[in-house]
Amino acid sequence: MTTLLFPVAAVGRTTLLILASIGQIAIYAGQTISHLFRPPFYFKEFIHAVMTIGYFSLPVVGMTAFFTGGALALQIYAGGARFNAEAVVPSIVAIGMARELGPVMGGLMVAARVASSIAAEIGTMKVTEQIDALVTLSTHPMKYLTVPRVLAATLAVPVLVAVGDLIGIMGGYVVGITRLDFNSSAYLHNTVDFLEFIDVFSGLVKGAAFGFIVALMGCYYGMNSGRGAQGVGKATKSAVVAASVLILASNYLLTELFFSA
Amino acid sequence: MIELQNVHKAFGDNKVLQGVNLTIQTGESMVIIGGSGTGKSVLLKSVLGLIKPDSGIIKLDGQDVATAERDAFLARFGMLFQGGALFDSLPVWQNVAFRLLRGSLKRPIEEARAIAIEKLRRVGLKSAVADLFPAELSGGMQKRVGLARAIAAEPEIIFFDEPTTGLDPIMAGVINELIREIVVEMGATAMTITHDMSSVRAIADKVAMLHDGIIQWTGPVAKLDDSGDPYLDQFIHGRAEGPIEAVR
Repeated sequence: MTTLLFPVAAVGRTTLLILASIGQIAIYAGQTISHLFRPPFYFKEFIHAVMTIGYFSLPVVGMTAFFTGGALALQIYAGGARFNAEAVVPSIVAIGMARELGPVMGGLMVAARVASSIAAEIGTMKVTEQIDALVTLSTHPMKYLTVPRVLAATLAVPVLVAVGDLIGIMGGYVVGITRLDFNSSAYLHNTVDFLEFIDVFSGLVKGAAFGFIVALMGCYYGMNSGRGAQGVGKATKSAVVAASVLILASNYLLTELFFSA
Repeated sequence: MIELQNVHKAFGDNKVLQGVNLTIQTGESMVIIGGSGTGKSVLLKSVLGLIKPDSGIIKLDGQDVATAERDAFLARFGMLFQGGALFDSLPVWQNVAFRLLRGSLKRPIEEARAIAIEKLRRVGLKSAVADLFPAELSGGMQKRVGLARAIAAEPEIIFFDEPTTGLDPIMAGVINELIREIVVEMGATAMTITHDMSSVRAIADKVAMLHDGIIQWTGPVAKLDDSGDPYLDQFIHGRAEGPIEAVR
């Protein structure tokens, strides 16, 4: 009988572990938000985080957006050709980039680049007692390490998304002009005419949410890193996986919020 | 004065501290010795509030540290960590002046840099080191920078966690001498944990031996060799035979 209960017990244990993790992350997020509004504020660390999370992510986000926009144009053209709707390529590329692909691809690229780097950095700091050193130097680790990164990512990723949207649309434009024989002026007109404020705004809000998630996961898993190189490696992997899954899940929820009938 | 009364701490089934009682007088240099994994670091971190004891009371100048105002409490301490625990992303002088660049002890940047360079000089490092990053320094230099950071804000109490671990005997001797000089010069209360007997003899006024979660022996360093305590005798002479079980 006991042997038969093993699988049930394993499912129960896993469920409890997942629920405990969700609870701990929720508490960590709540603490981070509460510290956002309470001094001291570390402005220099915030600026440094803006540069590392935002500015230095521009190349990877830009390249991803360019090729995504180009591929999107080819796909829409090929699909649209089945019912003589090739003309929708510019507007669908623009709407698709602004609403979905810009924020999601940008968010995932930032997750890969930034969540891993934050988790590894903070995890190493924990393993080498630098976090303890911060405490002994009267500095709250959450205020010094987490808050600047989370705030920077929340503000910087929407900017990255906006730049990514533009580059993605440009990718579609380049492919449209050079490969699909679109008229340059007509392509640009169709892009602008059908794009609405909500398309861009929803993408920027998603970018802010994804930025918050990415930095929060990096910090959370870094702060809770296990010992040694293996512990830091595991924390890094968990941060990227959790950030990616949460980005996709929250993308669905935000899409429901903005566009459900 | 630091007082520990019946302090207990366990991690799961592993009972690390099982009723530690210890008093460190103001201005005294107390060295805590004991084998690896006996809870020396746990004891030190419990005093600082980095680890919360399961039970027992820790007092600083008669006040329970659990109820003390954290910033004011921590401002009285300096600590040298085992691996230095220098912040990789900051140059050496900003590591040393970390406390002087933010919080209640904040000074103008030029003044903080000048103090950092002076403290680096005090631990035998040239001003050229100030603008290097920790990764560019040797292990001994990192320890010195850690020591400079510990004394930068002129704390009343300084903790040293395994100050000579990983250093060659000559560098270990240099660090021991520096610690002794600085503690005497500043009149600070010092608590050092180590299992390096040369450190003990160089640094200590008093010695306490932690074994099996309790203070097995405590007394002045002069009594170390004729304590009559079989645990202490075995430890200081590094014998495999004796009441302390050696894991082979």
